[in-house]
Amino acid sequence: MKAIVTIMLKNGVLDPQGKAIGHALNNLGFTQVGEVRMGKIIELELIETDAAQAKTKAEEMARKLLANTVIESFKVEIAA
Amino acid sequence: MKAAILLFPGINRERDMVLAVRQSFRQEPAIVWHKETELPVGTDLVILPGGFSFGDYLRCGAMAAQSPIMRAVKAHAERGGYVLGVCNGFQIITEAGLLPGALLRNAGLRFLSMDTMLKVERADTVFTSKWEKGAEFRAPMAHGDGNYAADDATLDRLEGEGLVAFRYSDINRNGSARSIAGIFSPNLRVLGLMPHPENLVDPLMGGVDGKPLFDSLAAA
Repeated sequence: MKAIVTIMLKNGVLDPQGKAIGHALNNLGFTQVGEVRMGKIIELELIETDAAQAKTKAEEMARKLLANTVIESFKVEIAA
Repeated sequence: MKAAILLFPGINRERDMVLAVRQSFRQEPAIVWHKETELPVGTDLVILPGGFSFGDYLRCGAMAAQSPIMRAVKAHAERGGYVLGVCNGFQIITEAGLLPGALLRNAGLRFLSMDTMLKVERADTVFTSKWEKGAEFRAPMAHGDGNYAADDATLDRLEGEGLVAFRYSDINRNGSARSIAGIFSPNLRVLGLMPHPENLVDPLMGGVDGKPLFDSLAAA
């Protein structure tokens, strides 16, 4: 079973990389681009058959290591 | 003052720290590998030096904060022991929860390698007693992630309880909240800061601006 952990800087936390990407897109002529936020995705291969159990475990991993909840929020999705 | 300098893979400022400690403490510090589970008996001060522990993977300091020795460091801090974290060391102790907040990517996205000026916010601590309150001194900095961030309630608490140790006093180049360069724990025994006082402790280095930090600790 695969868990996909998406980690983003919390709203209100400055994301200079997102800003720089937004600037570059505007310079390329994509004038419709407003705010850009950048995060990361971590895929976990889990030895687990129960989806709910897998999600709980992945969330625990996110809280303990994968995300720093002082500045980041995370979301866990279970893929088949 | 018996010091132990922690060594994680990817740390590269430990020798600078040894020089600074040796000169002020007149006692050789122990170097402790991160896989150890105990600090040397009688350790008064644990120092986490700068560098790029574990290649800054995931987040700066995130991996090192999980190293076996950190359990002993937390116990040491809980007993009221002294802890000093500089640069990556500061990032490690915030990741480990010994100090609040986090260090984000510099607001301008550039790695900053230059001197900065720091203001001493209080001189009544074991780390700062050899300075005057309000003194300004030069300190080299070298970091890509030194933008101190915490929520407003935490920042207000730090300021209200006098736990801001140093502020950038010339230019706040990395975008740190309220120009914070270093903070103390509530018992004033844990200090984390981004710039490198240990790199200005001898005239041969171009100055002794950072020496009062180590002389203060030596006198504690």
